[in-house]
Amino acid sequence: MDLQRLEGILSRYACQPADLIPVLQDIQDSYNYLPKDELKVVAERLHLPLAQVFSVATFFTMFSLVPKGKHVCKVCVGTTCHLKGGQRLAESLSNRLGVDIGYTTKDMNFTLETVACLGSCAQAPVMMIDDTYYARVTVDKVPKILKKYQ
Amino acid sequence: MPFIESVDHLTEYRRRVRAARDPQQLQVLVCGGPGCLPLGSEELAAAFAAEMEARGIAGKVLLKTTGCHGLCSHGVRVLIRPQEISYQKVTVEDVPEIVETTLLSGGVVERLVYHHPESQAPCPHKMDIPFYQTQNPLVLRKLDVIDPESLDDYLALGGYRTLRKILFQMTPEQVIEAVEKSGLRGRGGGGFPTGRKWRLCREAQAQPKFVICNGDEGDPGAFMDRAVMEGDPHAVIEGMIVGGYAIGAMRGYIYVRHEYPLAVKRLQKAIDQAREFGLLGTNILRSNFSFDIQISQGAGAFVCGEETALIASIEGKIGEPNPRPPYPVQAGLFGLPTVINNVETWANVPEIINMGPEWFAAMGTDKSKGTKIFSLVGAVNNTGLVEVPMGTSLRQIIFGMGGGIAHNREFKAVQTGGPSGGCIPPQYLDLPVDYDSLQQVGSIMGSGGMIVMDNHDCMVDVARYFISFLMEESCGKCTPCREGLKQLITILNEITTGKGEAHHVDLMEDICQTMATASLCGLGQSAANPVRSTLKYFREEYERHIRDKKCPAKVCRQLLIYTIDPNECTSCLACVRECPVGAISGPKKEPQVIDQDICVKCGLCVDACQFDAVKVE
Ligand SMILES: Cc1cc2nc3c(=O)[nH]c(=O)nc-3n(C[C@H](O)[C@H](O)[C@H](O)COP(=O)(O)O)c2cc1C
Repeated sequence: MDLQRLEGILSRYACQPADLIPVLQDIQDSYNYLPKDELKVVAERLHLPLAQVFSVATFFTMFSLVPKGKHVCKVCVGTTCHLKGGQRLAESLSNRLGVDIGYTTKDMNFTLETVACLGSCAQAPVMMIDDTYYARVTVDKVPKILKKYQ
Repeated sequence: MPFIESVDHLTEYRRRVRAARDPQQLQVLVCGGPGCLPLGSEELAAAFAAEMEARGIAGKVLLKTTGCHGLCSHGVRVLIRPQEISYQKVTVEDVPEIVETTLLSGGVVERLVYHHPESQAPCPHKMDIPFYQTQNPLVLRKLDVIDPESLDDYLALGGYRTLRKILFQMTPEQVIEAVEKSGLRGRGGGGFPTGRKWRLCREAQAQPKFVICNGDEGDPGAFMDRAVMEGDPHAVIEGMIVGGYAIGAMRGYIYVRHEYPLAVKRLQKAIDQAREFGLLGTNILRSNFSFDIQISQGAGAFVCGEETALIASIEGKIGEPNPRPPYPVQAGLFGLPTVINNVETWANVPEIINMGPEWFAAMGTDKSKGTKIFSLVGAVNNTGLVEVPMGTSLRQIIFGMGGGIAHNREFKAVQTGGPSGGCIPPQYLDLPVDYDSLQQVGSIMGSGGMIVMDNHDCMVDVARYFISFLMEESCGKCTPCREGLKQLITILNEITTGKGEAHHVDLMEDICQTMATASLCGLGQSAANPVRSTLKYFREEYERHIRDKKCPAKVCRQLLIYTIDPNECTSCLACVRECPVGAISGPKKEPQVIDQDICVKCGLCVDACQFDAVKVE
């Protein structure tokens, strides 16, 4: 376990129980997931039962207990995107990447996720790879977009 | 930036900012709102910067990336001021021509302006465009003018004037009275009178108290809160300071969902600026009022938009709702009195105090005052954000501002209120949009999402979509919601895959009734609305699925048959490459054929085909 890295995160907080979610967010950002051993330390330092730390870590969709890929691809399946084929877009990506939604490719390059709404409904269907938005992504545009990340 | 020490200092600083500005200053305002950003606002702004530099006018023309300009379907939008020339669908390639024609020569690039759909007349100025003409923007009014990262821009337009007014001319009691008189009701969905909420909190005994801004915006299809947080963050902050002063709180929280990284960044920047300036912190403007704000990021759960779940999440717990009462005004954050309001509610506050409650109450209907922002999306020609007085009819919004249904299709329904809302059929197009009327027809205002559907959208599929969304998002704490949604989705999946049975409709109605009566929080209580409203207005469509195993809108994939029209197939093999199960084959350079025994009816071949050769029956 990289205790120094974890301490670096914890040192930014007063380590009150209310700091749990921000601390977990920082760990998720820094490690790309929530490693188990680190969670044990967090529970100790925030004076929380480990069970509560795990309940929070598993409740919210942004947390992951397994490492995510180098790139995270979020396909919007909000209402407008649903009507305009967001679900098919997600399926097409799943086929092309050879990975189920919510999982990471074997080479750890891509994690494929769906999200409730990215808020760019006027450009449906939309997806986001890392911090870049892609507008009006019809299935036929997928190969070209994926190429940029492979 | 200076530290503002007193009221006079603030007035003086504002005067200086204004004096330094030339009203005739040529400005290029590139929309960086939620709709235009994915179309390349950043690249476009960079292209303008480079071209203006190359043409030697970089110092003379002011370039800004702003918040949402409203008409997202025609993005990326660029506004040229002071003429207010409004360009649409601008790409990097158009930049040299705009610089040459408009910035250097004062003319208009006609091919980039909106053309009136009927007369075909060009509409070069913003106010020539019908979409904008009939709106009444209060909350959105600054979004296409100010740089959201500039406090000076906000101050120049009168920002933080309200702060000065409340701190030195009004008692907290008077502030609450004004908000009560204005008739402002919560914009987050419930429509609870904001003034009354503040009063209840002020009257609560325990200390300290808190204010919270609900920026969770969980309704899929709604993005007005995102646009406001990203485009005019100081308005939200100023509103919260007013609320804090009114109820006697010293701390505020803004809860933003993590899918909105730009909103977080802009709000944080605005908070830092306000602090540095002395507009947040201890003894603001040397009054004895102290107030500060921090951001709390959501971790991705729809139910966290519900106030008690949101509070639990700020406290570091899982986002499960708690029974009310006690209401947050009595026992909210950390068990202390808390006022929680929606982003748009907060953003309305400064102008209400500034202009007076009568001004605000003069807009809208008897019971719903002021304006409301709607995100108008789906099957209309003009999609984007519109802000209209409460009571504007659905027809005015959809056919006026929205420009009617795209591709000359037929209007079928409009879904309002997000997953807790309902689908409203054509016979109610003249309904005035306010809290109460929408409820009467089985929907709700919600946060203002308006998703327009045409005859290519299937109402059973829409109900199935919302129920599956809610099932994913139900926290699972109470049984009616957890199990009810599970059963509803099982039935809806059967109906949409051709396994529906005659008794399913009654069964669903029964489940809906139980969920509405017995669920713990608003999520479960209203979760049945999408099913109930579609059953009420589109029962025939359910019956077609159940009885004839047909989907009239051709959406439910398991009820369709896919074939390739040999006359239109160009043998490009795009569908063959896309098909996940290898169902499409044929000799080289000849039309391809779909093997019905292998086809899993995923529909990807339809999307992959650029020649419309894949037919659906
Ligand atoms: C399931 C559920 C989700 C909600 N989501 C939101 C939301 O995303 N944003 C919001 O402002 N209010 C949301 N609300 C309403 C809040 O509980 C609360 O009423 C609101 O924040 C109060 O602010 P207002 O009075 O200014 O509307 C939600 C309610 C429920 C039951």
